[in-house]
Amino acid sequence: MNNEILLMNGYGIYVWSAFIFTFISFTFLYVVIKTQYLKERRKFIAKFGTLNAKRAAFAKSNSINKEILSNTSII
Amino acid sequence: MFKYFEPNKIFSVTSKAPKYVLLLFIITLSIGLTEALIISPEDYKQSHSVRIMYVHVPAAWISLSIFSSLTFLSIIGFILKNRNLFLIAKSLAPSGFVFNIIALVTGAIWGKPTWGTWWAWDARITSMLILALFYAMYLLAWRIYENKQSIFKITLIIVILGIVNVPIVKYSVDWWNTLHQPASINILSKSSIHSSMLFPLMIMTAAFALFSLLIFLMKYNTELIKIKNKGLDRL
Repeated sequence: MNNEILLMNGYGIYVWSAFIFTFISFTFLYVVIKTQYLKERRKFIAKFGTLNAKRAAFAKSNSINKEILSNTSII
Repeated sequence: MFKYFEPNKIFSVTSKAPKYVLLLFIITLSIGLTEALIISPEDYKQSHSVRIMYVHVPAAWISLSIFSSLTFLSIIGFILKNRNLFLIAKSLAPSGFVFNIIALVTGAIWGKPTWGTWWAWDARITSMLILALFYAMYLLAWRIYENKQSIFKITLIIVILGIVNVPIVKYSVDWWNTLHQPASINILSKSSIHSSMLFPLMIMTAAFALFSLLIFLMKYNTELIKIKNKGLDRL
């Protein structure tokens, strides 16, 4: 039974390599995107931590929505 | 209507959603893999090599759907002058590109036992390769021109040129005599695939769609944090 799943009448090498390639690609993409996310998050925490109380309060009131909308004219 | 699509509101959802999507993806993928590798029958002609279909076909479907979505979002974003739609498109592109590569590589692996060759300059395969080049150009454009004002126009031109290729990919097997087999699944007419193979195919498609949703959410969150960081730089 186990051998049949592995060998698949001689097609096992093709079937398993296709599935393994797919899941290596998934893992690679997940790791790359997660690393980018953590890097930006760390940057944000570091930048926010260096702000004084007045600037931090201003930053909090300044929504990301405004940030995005303020740039719409550049399209 | 757009107040519901404000990034702040979206961020409150997208920052929490990935863990649930990841869990759902793992469950769906486990069912899909069991069905695809163990339960589903072998094909009377292709034997066990038909199992490659369970990764090849969903990857091709999703990469085509994502490219169509990129085009739609970029055009609407340009018309409505909404930068957020471009950000959504940008966040969708990495998973679309990876699915395109998976479709090409698994197709080549499937081609060897079926056609006796890894690669043929056949209409379907070549048009999929062209689609991968458009994805690569789109991603490179964001990387090179991200901070330039022209980025929206450049990416819009790339997707408009690329979308011309999407119907060619879809109908190439009907328009030309190709090595690639015609579509076995048809929404409008009866599919030529048996339900014992259709079910695992649908489960694997759902799993792949959940994975692209997961990657999209993580990438979109990254983009929103990048904007926050730029905002903090200006303080």
